[in-house]
Amino acid sequence: MINVTINGKEIQVPRGTMLLEACRQAGADIPTFCHDPHLQLAGSCRMCVVEAKGRWNLLASCVMPAENGMEIETESPSVVEARKIILELLLARHDLSCHTCERDGDCRLQDYCYRYGVKESRFAGEIIHFSKEDPNPFIERDYDKCIMCTKCVRVCKEITGAEAINVKDRGHHAAISTAFDGNLADSTCVFCGQCIMVCPVGALTSKVSMGKGKPYQVEKVLTTCTYCGTGCTLELNVKDDTVVGVSSNRDERYSPVNQGALCVKGRFGWDFIHAEDRLTTPLIRKNGELQPASWDEALDFAAAKLKQIKEASGPDALAMFASARITNEENYLAQKFMRAVIGTNNVDHCARL
Amino acid sequence: MTNSIAELEKDAKAIFLIGTNTTENHPVIGYKIRKNVRENGAKLIVADPRKIELAEIADVYMRFKPGTDVALINGMINVIISEGLLDQEFVDQRTEGYEDVAASIAKYTPEYVSTITGVPAEDIKKAARIYAEAEAAAVCYAMGVTQHSTGTDNVKSICNLALVTGNLGKPGSGVNPLRGQNNVQGACDMGALPVVLTAYQKVVDEPVRQKFETAWKVDKLPDKNGLTLTDAINKAYDGELKGLLVIGENPMLSDPDLHHVEEALNKLEFLMVQDIFLTETAEKADVVFPGVTFAEKDGTFSNTERRVQRVRQAISSLGNAKQDWEIICELSNRLGYPMKYSSPGEIFEEIRTVTPSYAGISYDRIEATGLHWPCPTEEHPGTPILHKEKFNRGLGLFHVVEYIGPAEHPDNEYPFILTTGRQLYHYHTGTMTRRSSALEEHKPYNEVEIHPNTASRMGIVEGEFVKLSTRRGSIELRAKLTDILEENVVFTTFHYKEAAANLLTLSEPLDPVAKIPPYKVCAANLEKI
Repeated sequence: MINVTINGKEIQVPRGTMLLEACRQAGADIPTFCHDPHLQLAGSCRMCVVEAKGRWNLLASCVMPAENGMEIETESPSVVEARKIILELLLARHDLSCHTCERDGDCRLQDYCYRYGVKESRFAGEIIHFSKEDPNPFIERDYDKCIMCTKCVRVCKEITGAEAINVKDRGHHAAISTAFDGNLADSTCVFCGQCIMVCPVGALTSKVSMGKGKPYQVEKVLTTCTYCGTGCTLELNVKDDTVVGVSSNRDERYSPVNQGALCVKGRFGWDFIHAEDRLTTPLIRKNGELQPASWDEALDFAAAKLKQIKEASGPDALAMFASARITNEENYLAQKFMRAVIGTNNVDHCARL
Repeated sequence: MTNSIAELEKDAKAIFLIGTNTTENHPVIGYKIRKNVRENGAKLIVADPRKIELAEIADVYMRFKPGTDVALINGMINVIISEGLLDQEFVDQRTEGYEDVAASIAKYTPEYVSTITGVPAEDIKKAARIYAEAEAAAVCYAMGVTQHSTGTDNVKSICNLALVTGNLGKPGSGVNPLRGQNNVQGACDMGALPVVLTAYQKVVDEPVRQKFETAWKVDKLPDKNGLTLTDAINKAYDGELKGLLVIGENPMLSDPDLHHVEEALNKLEFLMVQDIFLTETAEKADVVFPGVTFAEKDGTFSNTERRVQRVRQAISSLGNAKQDWEIICELSNRLGYPMKYSSPGEIFEEIRTVTPSYAGISYDRIEATGLHWPCPTEEHPGTPILHKEKFNRGLGLFHVVEYIGPAEHPDNEYPFILTTGRQLYHYHTGTMTRRSSALEEHKPYNEVEIHPNTASRMGIVEGEFVKLSTRRGSIELRAKLTDILEENVVFTTFHYKEAAANLLTLSEPLDPVAKIPPYKVCAANLEKI
């Protein structure tokens, strides 16, 4: 263990701990764009700079291991000045259309500009447009808002393994791109949306959720995905009793299987919930046609039929297909119903299909 | 799965994938396998008739003829035994029946197996060595292994492979079926099977029935094994089954030989369907009850690694739809057996009392992180890895498995082998994904994968409509040219009702034990339209 002093508070951390981690342990709120605890370090955005006593330069805390005896200031005047300049530089090529942005209210650039009182950029010059019209139905690529943190590049490689995107060009012209600057659909992209999950601003957003609600208007309900058997946890985003999107919780306690990673179906395949042709009322076949009925009418009809068949042909003339789609509780009741009420073991489900 | 998903990312030193297109059908597990290979140097073996994405990063890829799984695995076991790569200590202390298997395996030399499977003998040897020499090797498989008339044999031969190398009961190993539906594990655990009650307690065991008779306050529970899904369809066809209750299933697209299914359903006196949409099956029903989606319900799902996790209601039930459990209770009440529950939580508490492997799990305990069953007491931490000290029956039992092969072979009239499955952007019968705007926009139609050489011989170009037929029926769909499969093999998916693959598939012969249909192999013909 080594001793470091953060904003006057002395703490002990294991050797090799990055300053960022040490500062956070000491309760300091360090702003970051490019840092992600699940991804390789980039050390590129420099928002996390801190001042170390006796050092002439500011240190990027995310890539600087703590050293014994270091004395760190996290909000010294020179640190604040550096962060303001970084924010101004980022604003110089950031489309400030916050009023229509999907990430308004959940944007680190907004948060940090607010925190440091940065309203506009002194560095505004020639505007280069980076936005990408990409005709895929999943991911909106508005690179006029991109701050080049490269978390999307890293998550695509390190979590999903698709390696669909990377940084093209350098300096003022640097931008995120697929190979040969093509559309995502023509790349190795699998539309998992992990890039949306890690994007700290509004550069990458879901087309399916677009215009359906700002982040502060939605409630997030943690649940388990309805598709394959992996059992990923995800958050249904709800506004006005309507599902308007899916996000994910990356905390291993709440997302033990997937740590926030999802696939295209989990992240984008949710609007069937409100499809116009959802069944919302019971139906009974009358004169060859299925027609709306009341619950009582439909349940009485079904119960009478079941009773009639059971009495005429015995319980084994009835069978049930329960479902791998419904819950444990419902499957339990379904098989209990067939066994205890009807009196047959003819109950199975689609495990074989 | 005998082991947990996380081990595929961290602990497995070698992973053998057979009959699982993991990156498309279990994408998040696919990410983890990739990561283990990329970052930790885990070895990867892929056996599949199609050169799937993960085959690109595999140390060995074995493109074997559909339906020759047993021969391939037996070939690997033959190499392991003949080269002395077996885990003798594990075989001696933890298994029985090895000698019989060893004797039966002798003839499956890599050279002989190569003639059956089409896989070069050297690749079989290499795969066997990688799997056997790894400190911990995991097998993952999916429906590519099970949906054959010899599906049970295929799985048994995989178990033999794991047993002979001691790859069970330790981190990063195991026999790991990747289950295809969100709660297929849970439906099995809950006794939605014709031969068992919850936690696989057999309906033919009298003490088991007595326990449930007491718990459920009924005089007598049925003591004969019931009908499997596939048998039930056949009994309906024969007129012996009169009434069918279907909850959240769509046999009119998901079951084999749809013409046969339709005729069977037509013969029923009564068909009740409970679903969220008017599915192809619901359209045939006498009564339809509107259920609700996962977004509208509370409860639990159990995933492929046996982890029981919470499902939480996010929105109110749509329209006049009812919770699925309430519908069952209402029916039961009308049939003279009152079912009164106030919530899914109350049902779960009852489940715990009759289900030993779930007894220690409560909603409180899984509020944040789900638990792996078996979890017999409230103090038990759950069981990510099965068979650590011993197997359920004591010793692990080897099974002699001889290669039989698929039921239907290509001939002059139907010269291709048709194999079916899923793709990344759709799910099962498409009831949900085809109503998900983005997924449907991205993949709006079905395709049949054809080798470019085959296509060029027949004058078929990419995207052109072709006719795919079998002895059961025919569909028209677009051609997708790809060399990921052999020239005499074609592949299509079963998501699309307008080009339904299961009009073509075989409903017979079912696997004699599992009663699973042979979706992965049938003889087919391809025609230019």
